[in-house]
Amino acid sequence: MDISGADLIRAACFLGAGIAMGLGAIGPGVGEGFVGGKACEAIGRNPDEAGLLTRTMLVAQAVSESTGIYSLVVALLLIFVV
Amino acid sequence: MDAEFIVKAGQYIGAGLCMGFGAIGAAVGEGLTGGWANRSISRRLEMASPFTRTMLVGQAVAETSAIFALMVAVLLLFTDLSGNGICASAAAIGAGLAMGLGAFGSGIGAGYSSLEAIWGASRQPLVGGQMTTTMLVGQAVCQTPAIFALVISFLLIFGNYSGIPAWPYSAALIGAGFAMGFGAIGSGWGGGQAGGAACEGFARQPRLKGALTTLMLVGQAVAQTPAIFALLIALMLIAMGPKEGNLLVSCAMLGAGISIGLGAIGSGMGNGITSESACKAVSRESSVTRPMMTFMLVGQAVGQTPVIFSLMISLMLIFGNYAGPPTLPGAMALLAAGISMGFGAIGPGYGNGITAAKACEALGMQPDKTGLIMRTMLIAQAVAQSTAIYALVIAFVLMFVV
Repeated sequence: MDISGADLIRAACFLGAGIAMGLGAIGPGVGEGFVGGKACEAIGRNPDEAGLLTRTMLVAQAVSESTGIYSLVVALLLIFVV
Repeated sequence: MDAEFIVKAGQYIGAGLCMGFGAIGAAVGEGLTGGWANRSISRRLEMASPFTRTMLVGQAVAETSAIFALMVAVLLLFTDLSGNGICASAAAIGAGLAMGLGAFGSGIGAGYSSLEAIWGASRQPLVGGQMTTTMLVGQAVCQTPAIFALVISFLLIFGNYSGIPAWPYSAALIGAGFAMGFGAIGSGWGGGQAGGAACEGFARQPRLKGALTTLMLVGQAVAQTPAIFALLIALMLIAMGPKEGNLLVSCAMLGAGISIGLGAIGSGMGNGITSESACKAVSRESSVTRPMMTFMLVGQAVGQTPVIFSLMISLMLIFGNYAGPPTLPGAMALLAAGISMGFGAIGPGYGNGITAAKACEALGMQPDKTGLIMRTMLIAQAVAQSTAIYALVIAFVLMFVV
């Protein structure tokens, strides 16, 4: 099997994409779960404010999602663009 | 270089990995137990000797997984595998990874169960004896993943590899070690936390012993699923791993092991903390015993999704068609698919578990708001799932598009 320089770079891009998306998904997953957990806990204490709490939860989760989306973008860039 | 030396080197690396990783979990678990035993004794000085006894029993169980690791390490050091074909080298490294990493979760988990048993006994000294039974049941279940790991290590060490070329079967054997080793961590750890919560709950409400034990065992059984998926993939890689093939096949087998092994960590731990909180909530508000079981199972089922994605990717990698000419980028894409899905499933699996755990606690505080809490839990879990879906998409793109 001949390995040219271009092959090596493609291979590194794919490996990089896998690592970026894999590791990048850990934080948002845990973080969003944590936010969701606290929202459930807060609703348990204060069920009348469920609407407000759910809205706050979703805003916080959306922010926490952003790093997952950065990882996705970088992974797609590595696969299709670079 | 002679195959003999490569096999010997593999055995020694395997022994080192095995005992090094294998010593972490049990030691931390025993340390936690010892620490809480001290706290409990300072609370009830007159109970020092029964608490010390429970501590030693609990620590002895937590030690089991480290003893398994020691056994495998000694086997690897002194069994002569050098006449058994070149793949014996990879098998020895795989066995070390499987048992070393596989001992981690069960050791810590068993520690959680026994620390709660002693702490609980300091609250309710009269039920100390029955508490030890609950503790031992909880610990026995959380020991299962370590036993799976031991089985895979033995299969790897005592397999017959003569006449098989080094690649791609070596990759399948190391993949099996990764799968079982990492795959055992979450289930062992999570199962132990569930066992601990059952002891804690029992100390609060001794009359709920039956309900708590049932809830604990059902929760632990579900938390055990990721380790069972990992066992399945490890067995498939050992029994059906391809004996011939190109670089693509090697990378696919390694990727399959990484995907399910890492992917099982998050869901195993997440499911464990869900059943932990379910047990705690029931002991604080016994009227929710019945709805709690349903609630816990729904939360755990959603928390299982990331590891099911990982299982899917592993199976696709094992059964893929690799007839085309091998290229380095193609091979790395397959490996990267496994890495993406494996790591990518850790966070969502654990995060879903945190959400479900807190939802169980909330149900205990507001038993009449089941619908509202369930809805919030499912919305939050769906959002936390999104990153696992990104990882799945990237894995698919790497496998089928590029």
